[in-house]
Amino acid sequence: MIDYGKIVSPVVSALPPSGIRKFFDIAAEMKDAISLGVGEPDFTTPWSIREAGIYSLEKGQTHYTANSGLIELREAICDYNDRKFGVKYDAKTEVLVTVGGSEAIDLMIRTVVNPGDEVLIPEPCFVCYKPLTIMAGGVPVPIETKEEDDFRLLPSQLKEKITDKTKLLILPYPNNPTGGVMSKADMEAIAEVLRGTDIMVLSDEIYGELRYSEEGHVPFSKIDGMRERTVVVNGFSKAFAMTGWRLGYALGPAELISLMRKIHQYGIMSAPTTAQYAAIEALKSCDDDVEEMRQEYNYRRRYIVDGFRAMGLSCFEPLGAFYVFPCIKSTGMTSEKFCEKLLEEEHVAVVPGSAFGESGEGFIRCSYAYSIENIQEALKRIEKFVQRHTRK
Amino acid sequence: MTICARLSKKRRKVLIFMDEILKILDKEKGNISRAKIAQMLGTDKQEVADAIEKLEKDNVIVGYKTIVNWDKTDREVVTALIELRITPQRGEGFDKVAERIYKYPQVKSLYLMSGAYDLAVTIEGKTMKEVALFVAQKLAPMDSVISTATHFVLKKYKEEGIVFEDDEKDTRQVITL
Repeated sequence: MIDYGKIVSPVVSALPPSGIRKFFDIAAEMKDAISLGVGEPDFTTPWSIREAGIYSLEKGQTHYTANSGLIELREAICDYNDRKFGVKYDAKTEVLVTVGGSEAIDLMIRTVVNPGDEVLIPEPCFVCYKPLTIMAGGVPVPIETKEEDDFRLLPSQLKEKITDKTKLLILPYPNNPTGGVMSKADMEAIAEVLRGTDIMVLSDEIYGELRYSEEGHVPFSKIDGMRERTVVVNGFSKAFAMTGWRLGYALGPAELISLMRKIHQYGIMSAPTTAQYAAIEALKSCDDDVEEMRQEYNYRRRYIVDGFRAMGLSCFEPLGAFYVFPCIKSTGMTSEKFCEKLLEEEHVAVVPGSAFGESGEGFIRCSYAYSIENIQEALKRIEKFVQRHTRK
Repeated sequence: MTICARLSKKRRKVLIFMDEILKILDKEKGNISRAKIAQMLGTDKQEVADAIEKLEKDNVIVGYKTIVNWDKTDREVVTALIELRITPQRGEGFDKVAERIYKYPQVKSLYLMSGAYDLAVTIEGKTMKEVALFVAQKLAPMDSVISTATHFVLKKYKEEGIVFEDDEKDTRQVITL
């Protein structure tokens, strides 16, 4: 019999197995659990997008596309980014269509990270950057962002962590799990630290359209001098409610994009064709749908923040994505304990902040990609739970 | 909807606030508390209540409606759409004859239309006969009515933006990161 432990890659074996898998499994099996635990929109993909996908199938568009993605889609991506955010990219050489934003993140890390290179990762953050860095032979260097700084990355924190091995900075804003954002001024300050260095930037802007302050989203590549060192990752999952279609893209300097395309070409070939046709429709005629969903998230955002504050938890006001990140330290429990007990006693599923890095300890991530009724019921149960467990 | 950019900042803010309240009420079909709207808009309950009161007073909000799928009840409800062609009256256009029509409680809606006919009337009754007789006895004989065409509704799929047999469920995982 084969001893798999002996033959498999030690790097893969040693990857964190998403520590809270067990907790997720219990939640998944609980039939009457009410959840604020999901990292994707509750909206179904707008009908006109779905219809465009169906139409492409009817027309028999069932073949591979160019490795980089359909040129019509790449052109639409460039038009969209110019129109919405005022950044210009060349459709032929500076865009790569990927299988979700996640693939683009992986490609960028693998393209620039050499064994031993350090990758700076502001935490709390989405869970993929660290393992992908490790698989590329890099060394993840977490930077702890704080609630009192609105979970922004401060230039002083960045400076402190830069060494001569620093290769890449991840900028995960608007942020999952905190909902924190970086304003243009915040990014200018970061850019100031980077100028004159060769440090590259992976700006994960998958939640870019979901901003709730007057100042809209500004891609990091738009900041003076940052374009040449930045790969912007975006996609269709969040803004267009297209998670299941698995479609994202990377925007960046031609030379980097062409190297990323090499990995993509051998590992993936091309992103799903149906999804690509649907995405053209999304970019060309769904501005109103996106705005309507954003508006709806904004109502829920205010509602849920208000709810957490009313029950006496400190809750930082998130200005992006669709998460709130209330602090549960007043209960004296760890995040994980809190979530386990909440699930057990009140049948509400939320995610421990510690799943997103050590600095997430003491917080829980609650998604508001749910109907107001669902949020209301969940808040009611959480309030009961918090009252029962808060140290007097 | 865009709110005119020429207005003063304060006035625009008020209009946007009113507009947001209307959108929420419209979406929830009026079935939502003032407190909840206030939480969704990040304001206080009294401010919302005052705004709604003003919207009601100004006849911007003219009523609240429950959308019922009568097919799921024991009650028989027959709905018909009637196209009316009308001779407009000098000096009064269609308004006078429209008024004579909408005063009947059986008339659930009445629109002036462009195109092949002039007035679109929605009638509700207990039986097809009752509706047909209403058209024959009340609408058709009116002086300015040139012709009527009655279409009975066989099945309602969607009304006021609500799909009656919506089977889209939340199929997401309980937790995803």
